[in-house]
Amino acid sequence: MPEIRNMTMNFGPQHPAAHGVLRLVLEMDGEIIERADPHIGLLHRATEKLAENKPYNQSIGYMDRLDYVSMMCNEHAYVLAIEKLLGVTPPVRAQYIRVMFDEITRILNHLLWLGSHGLDIGAMTMFLYCFREREDLMDCYEAVSGTRMHATYYRPGGVYRDLPDSMPQYQTSQWKNDNDVAQLNANRQGSLLDYIESFTDRFPTCVDEYETLLTENRIWKQRTVGIGVVTPERAMSLGFTGPMLRGSGIEWDLRKKQPYEVYDQLDFDIPIGVNGDCYDRYLVRMEEFRQSNRIIKQCIDWLRANPGPVILDDHKITPPTREEMKDDMESLIHHFKLFTEGYCIPEGECYSAVEHPKGEFGIYLVSDGANKPYRLKIRAPGFAHLSSMNEMVKGHMLSDVVAVIGTQDIVFGEIDR
Amino acid sequence: MSELLEKFHSQLEEFFKDRLISSVIYRDQITLEIDSTDVISVLTDLKINDDFKFEELIDLCGIDYLAYGKADWETQDTSSSGFSRGVSKGVHDDQLNKPARFAVNYHLLSLTHNRRLRVRAYIQGEPLRIDSAIELWSSADWLEREAFDLFGILFEGHPDLRRILTDYGFIGHPFRKDFPLEGNVEVRYDPDKKRVVYQPVTIKNRVLVPKVIRHDNRFDKPEIENQ
Repeated sequence: MPEIRNMTMNFGPQHPAAHGVLRLVLEMDGEIIERADPHIGLLHRATEKLAENKPYNQSIGYMDRLDYVSMMCNEHAYVLAIEKLLGVTPPVRAQYIRVMFDEITRILNHLLWLGSHGLDIGAMTMFLYCFREREDLMDCYEAVSGTRMHATYYRPGGVYRDLPDSMPQYQTSQWKNDNDVAQLNANRQGSLLDYIESFTDRFPTCVDEYETLLTENRIWKQRTVGIGVVTPERAMSLGFTGPMLRGSGIEWDLRKKQPYEVYDQLDFDIPIGVNGDCYDRYLVRMEEFRQSNRIIKQCIDWLRANPGPVILDDHKITPPTREEMKDDMESLIHHFKLFTEGYCIPEGECYSAVEHPKGEFGIYLVSDGANKPYRLKIRAPGFAHLSSMNEMVKGHMLSDVVAVIGTQDIVFGEIDR
Repeated sequence: MSELLEKFHSQLEEFFKDRLISSVIYRDQITLEIDSTDVISVLTDLKINDDFKFEELIDLCGIDYLAYGKADWETQDTSSSGFSRGVSKGVHDDQLNKPARFAVNYHLLSLTHNRRLRVRAYIQGEPLRIDSAIELWSSADWLEREAFDLFGILFEGHPDLRRILTDYGFIGHPFRKDFPLEGNVEVRYDPDKKRVVYQPVTIKNRVLVPKVIRHDNRFDKPEIENQ
């Protein structure tokens, strides 16, 4: 009689459903997973060590490249940690801008999650729909910071600059005629706030559209209901945060429980799941779309009514304006010192966390009084989620591994750091 | 907020008084410093006791205090040594101003009481040994593997202490302060051998901005106001 052995299978690191460079070694009994051993680190860039060798402000750009689908939220945790150690609070307008862009980022992230999760388990159309809306939000990033992804927009003490009064326009070219361009530019005639508002007005309809495609879809439910169930107790022990924790029925959101910036003045709800399976986490994230949209609307109203400074006037931390720098000796000195040496932060340590679209994204910063961080530790939500992979897929079929990777919203930039 | 925090702080001090090295509140965050031999007993109490109930281990990270408080460039006597940017780096004396060179930081979160806590366990001696917290929180699994990989801290009782972030067959612990930023080996494709080869690094690290420590008197004031 032949000996029956489990088969070991390599999933990734170049598999399109692995969401990056995940190498998953699967021990299979037929088509059932006996053990899953994720090998990570293929994208390890030692961000923390690099940051320890650079002045504080030069590492903001590295934060964008951690979780490269929710760029500004990463920056947010980093600048919050610096501000906390410095003991400064940014102007209120800057706080509203940050909250607004955090929520834009949340929608951006969830759109990519929904598109790729759908694509992975057979809903091709979702991918196209989601990228249509992502494009508009990328334009917001571009209008405010000049780049579509790696914004480096948040700075310790505020944000780099105020919201622009006009949106960049499409121009006629050999690929786009006048009619097309007029159509594309139709909602770009006003300021950035007008543009974002027009987006928030139509976005709930888009979410309805996504939901008609998926929520009651029989195939979607067969692929997600009862897959990757995590009990609340296990979710806490595994270090889950964000939608993964809320999907298991635990009411926990840093925006409500430990509010930072102006979240305590905004009106929004926190959706939670019941069963802790992939379908519940899907529902939680779909509701977060609508809640983020609500927050953005409130921020737009506030920002319209309250002009003001967006960055602190303390030129030991923030650069003076270009005009001042050309004109005033002291400003020139400040400018020079800031960009050559940076600023020193008093000795101490702090941990600051934000409710990142994927969960709790935290920065632990230790300063020994120098112009560079002594130790920077990035607490990435995806790291804790991926470490539960073995537990979540054990006993499921091979095709469910893809559903679990999708529901964990894995991005390797933050896991490997 | 801060009153509640101080109350909680004194409660912690009272409870752990024989096991604490020190405890401070800084920027509204409590840090408990303990010795590595007490780590499991302290963490178990923090998890199980109803007054604390830290259900989640949010983060665990190693830290190397080798270069703590040591600048590349002395700012006090700049005029005598000149403003040269030619900074020589990597010369450290063995004087530590911390109880031990290595420590492990645990960041705990209590969902019940909505509180955070940082516990720092200093590790004495060589090799670096500390008990694993995996029995208390499953999230310690990968976090301890990471601390082992990057700092060489051995977590006793961990079932599967392998490297996690670095390359297969990597030598050294890259986040130690005496590990060079540019690393020791680099990889390239060798067209003669028709495979990827490892070789000693050929790049040199240039320090563009030296690490300086300046005393800024703006930061004296809030400290006094806090107290």
